[in-house]
Amino acid sequence: MLLLILKRIGLGLITLFIVSLITFVGVEVLPGDACTTYLEREAYGAALDACIKRLGLDIPAYERYLDWASNVIRGDFGYSLSGEMPINEVLGPRVKNSLVLASVSILIGIPLAIVLGIITALWRDKFPDIMISTITIFSMTIPEFISATLLILIVAIWLGWLPGIVIIPSDATFYELLSNIILPVVAISMIMTAHMARMVRSSVIQVMASDYVQMAILKGVPYWKMVFRHVLPNALLPAINVVALTIAWLLGGVVVTEVVFNYPGLGRLVIESISNRDLPVVQALAIILASIYVGINLIADLMTLMLNPRLKSLQIRK
Amino acid sequence: MNEIIESVKNLSIGFNSQKGKQISILRNVSTNIKKGETVGIVGESGSGKSTLALAMMGYIKQGLFPLKGECLFKSKDLLKMSSRQLEKIRGRKIAMIPQNAGQALTPNLKIGYQIDEALKLHTDLNKTERDKKISELLNKVRLPSPETMAFRYPHELSGGQQQRVAVAMALAGKPDLLLLDEPTTGLDVTTQAHVLELLRFIAKDTGTSMIYVSHDLGAIAQVSDRIVVMYAGEIVLEGPARKILKEPIHPYTYGLLKSIPKLSLAGLPASMPGSQPQPGSINEGCSFYDRCNLATDNCKKNSPDLEHIKELDTNVRCFNYKELINQNNNLQTSITKKSNNSEANEVLKLKDVSISYAKQKFFDQLLNKISDQNPTVKDINIDIKKGETIALVGESGSGKSTILKSIAGLLKTKDGQIKFENDRILSSDLKMRNPNDLRAIQLIFQNPDESLNPNHTVEQILSQPLKLYFNLSGEELKKNIIDLLKKVRLGEFYMSRYPRQLSGGEKQRVAVARAFAAKPDIILCDEVTSALDVSVQAAVLNLLQQLKEDLGTTYVFVSHDLAVVRAISDRVAVLYQGRLCEIGPSQNVYKFPSHPYTEVLLGAVLEPDPDIKPKLVAEDIVEEKPPEKGCSFQGRCPRKIGDICNLEVPPWQIGENGNAIRCHINIDELASLQQ
Repeated sequence: MLLLILKRIGLGLITLFIVSLITFVGVEVLPGDACTTYLEREAYGAALDACIKRLGLDIPAYERYLDWASNVIRGDFGYSLSGEMPINEVLGPRVKNSLVLASVSILIGIPLAIVLGIITALWRDKFPDIMISTITIFSMTIPEFISATLLILIVAIWLGWLPGIVIIPSDATFYELLSNIILPVVAISMIMTAHMARMVRSSVIQVMASDYVQMAILKGVPYWKMVFRHVLPNALLPAINVVALTIAWLLGGVVVTEVVFNYPGLGRLVIESISNRDLPVVQALAIILASIYVGINLIADLMTLMLNPRLKSLQIRK
Repeated sequence: MNEIIESVKNLSIGFNSQKGKQISILRNVSTNIKKGETVGIVGESGSGKSTLALAMMGYIKQGLFPLKGECLFKSKDLLKMSSRQLEKIRGRKIAMIPQNAGQALTPNLKIGYQIDEALKLHTDLNKTERDKKISELLNKVRLPSPETMAFRYPHELSGGQQQRVAVAMALAGKPDLLLLDEPTTGLDVTTQAHVLELLRFIAKDTGTSMIYVSHDLGAIAQVSDRIVVMYAGEIVLEGPARKILKEPIHPYTYGLLKSIPKLSLAGLPASMPGSQPQPGSINEGCSFYDRCNLATDNCKKNSPDLEHIKELDTNVRCFNYKELINQNNNLQTSITKKSNNSEANEVLKLKDVSISYAKQKFFDQLLNKISDQNPTVKDINIDIKKGETIALVGESGSGKSTILKSIAGLLKTKDGQIKFENDRILSSDLKMRNPNDLRAIQLIFQNPDESLNPNHTVEQILSQPLKLYFNLSGEELKKNIIDLLKKVRLGEFYMSRYPRQLSGGEKQRVAVARAFAAKPDIILCDEVTSALDVSVQAAVLNLLQQLKEDLGTTYVFVSHDLAVVRAISDRVAVLYQGRLCEIGPSQNVYKFPSHPYTEVLLGAVLEPDPDIKPKLVAEDIVEEKPPEKGCSFQGRCPRKIGDICNLEVPPWQIGENGNAIRCHINIDELASLQQ
């Protein structure tokens, strides 16, 4: 079991290594380098040479990669070009803000998705299912940037209940954030919840049709007890991996939504640093997003492994 | 003894078709279950037997609903009860033992919990009493080490053990009535015999009434006091078990019994023409009319009622049943088959074949060597003569299908050679074989639902081998397809049909036709009749025999069913854990002296005769892999003589009749032991 966890973690690290290589090579291969983008029209002669020297771009690429990678492992992403400040300082508050946004969306989205999925499955083809399914399918089909814009139009402009744009500094306190993130959270969790609810629904329906559920009924197990003991554990197990994928996929939604709501998180930073050609920041962001992705999938794999007695004993026996 | 505990009255169950028509699956069924009695409900797939059984627990599958009638349990109608009331009866008064316990036990809950759940629901015992009761129940169903068994998950048990757990769970509520839905189908022969023996013991021990639903008359014969025969949603015959099995007076039951291959008979069973009518396509007249050889004009117009015949204590639904009374000595006959010419040349030789499923290690892969000291299949030597039918027999895990896949080139051999025609070595890799060799060896699979492409018409299915091997096209292709269909007794109009529009037997005929399209020398048959109903199985067996006699094809026939093998094969090879135990002409393999494993297998066969009881000589343990040295059967052998069995691979001994047995016990001694 432990060996398996170590193996999975090792594989995750290899994935991250490959991601870092690809982003590094990508940055190298792009026409121009950090200095030409930074100096723009003054990128010639002495100024350029000085810059190259200062940033160490005259050192061979592989040495720079090793240097950069060893710093990253120590948690140091180097300096941002535009602000000329340590990337860690730029990233810190942004990561926190995005984490708040994402985790609130997840904390609301997942339980809601599970409840909706179960309701639609148990009342299959009846009124609750038809109503909820219509809404979920509808919200699945609208991309975040449209739903976000519509939310601003309706809730912020027409009704005037909530602010349309988040106007807070990136180092706002948690409490300040919470009051501002209602609309972004709704926009992000809509699609995610809809996807997961559909997944849970089909999983529950499948389990309800299984022989062991029929057996539980014929054994005289009361309905709700049967649902909680015999159906849900088996139905939610395969959903874990899908939830993980949805969360990872939510990262993309966060980027878009943050831009629409002007939210000072990682997503907006991605867009900003790309348009400023702030390559060290882009590199750092790529690594961070990849780590989150790998991390979430790792956790999901391990959870499935722990919760599924079949897989667990299979691993122990090996 | 005569107290009726459940009675079904005029029950019809059906569904609404897409056209809004009401279609019944169960038609006007009435029967009574008496206290302490075991009633067998028998019928082929689609006869409505499971629907009837579930209705007797007040359970109707989704999509179906009761049209009329009632199911009275202790004079209360189960079909009118609320789910709250039913919860009080299910598990406590009526308990169910499901068909496939592996799927009927909830995978995330431990065995102990699932039994405890039933105890909590249906008894007033406290925690410590319940724990004791769980051990007691597990002990009663003869599971090893009941204390630790309770802490295991369903998937950690073998099929037979899972079935025992299901029995224990059903007994937890001390029910008055046990409902068994094909409880031994899908288990190995020996396991099946053991579970049946357990059920019989429990019926006697607890005095519980049982309803035993099965398609298998062999299993029904072992447990039932009374038998109900269902056909197309109706009861066609009902009476005491012995009467029904020995003197069936309904033409369907008679035909069914004749179509079961029997161990004592060398020839092929007689088949019944046609197939059971689909629900909804039943018109006026007797539903068996199309397949009945006693049918008259009266049968076409009027449907017979279930008539009670007092002197036989039997209910029968037939106008002409009198013609069958005293006709039944015919039951013990079979169609003799032409045996092959033993002088023929060998067409396929397996020489020292070993096959391993072990995953290759990285370095071994580089060196292209397989490093499994204890392969799944080992040292198989079989010479197959042209035109003979050789059967490979054994329980699951015996390696019989593995060998077949290797001959077909689907699985690489580890050691040894497969030689084809004139000792030419066939590569064990499909890609290295030449097209003509590929054509010469064809495979028919167990389940035609999976082996026929559902998106192809029969014409497309059959034209593929014809195009591939013979480059046929246009009129010639069509002519050949029609010829092939004619050979398997299907009409030309089947060409445009899709597999889903065919019955199980028809599908398997198409699969047979596809194999024959390649004009093969050898056909490998992998459990080709296991998924079919008995009457259809008999028809397919007869068809295969007929084609062989006409075309001189060689069959390698893999099956777990010893009676089927007896009917079709010229020679039999018995396998255990991938090692050959015995090989010889089939009439001799079925006679003693036998290898102890053959003896065990023969003893466990269930015959549709209440007077032939299975002999349980060995434990039904499941061994996961073959022993590393010594005899492959050492772990279960009832005749084990000592250390020599564990250490040395037994020698081959050839008996008087030419069957070879691999055993340490002298063959003459074996003969006297088995007398």
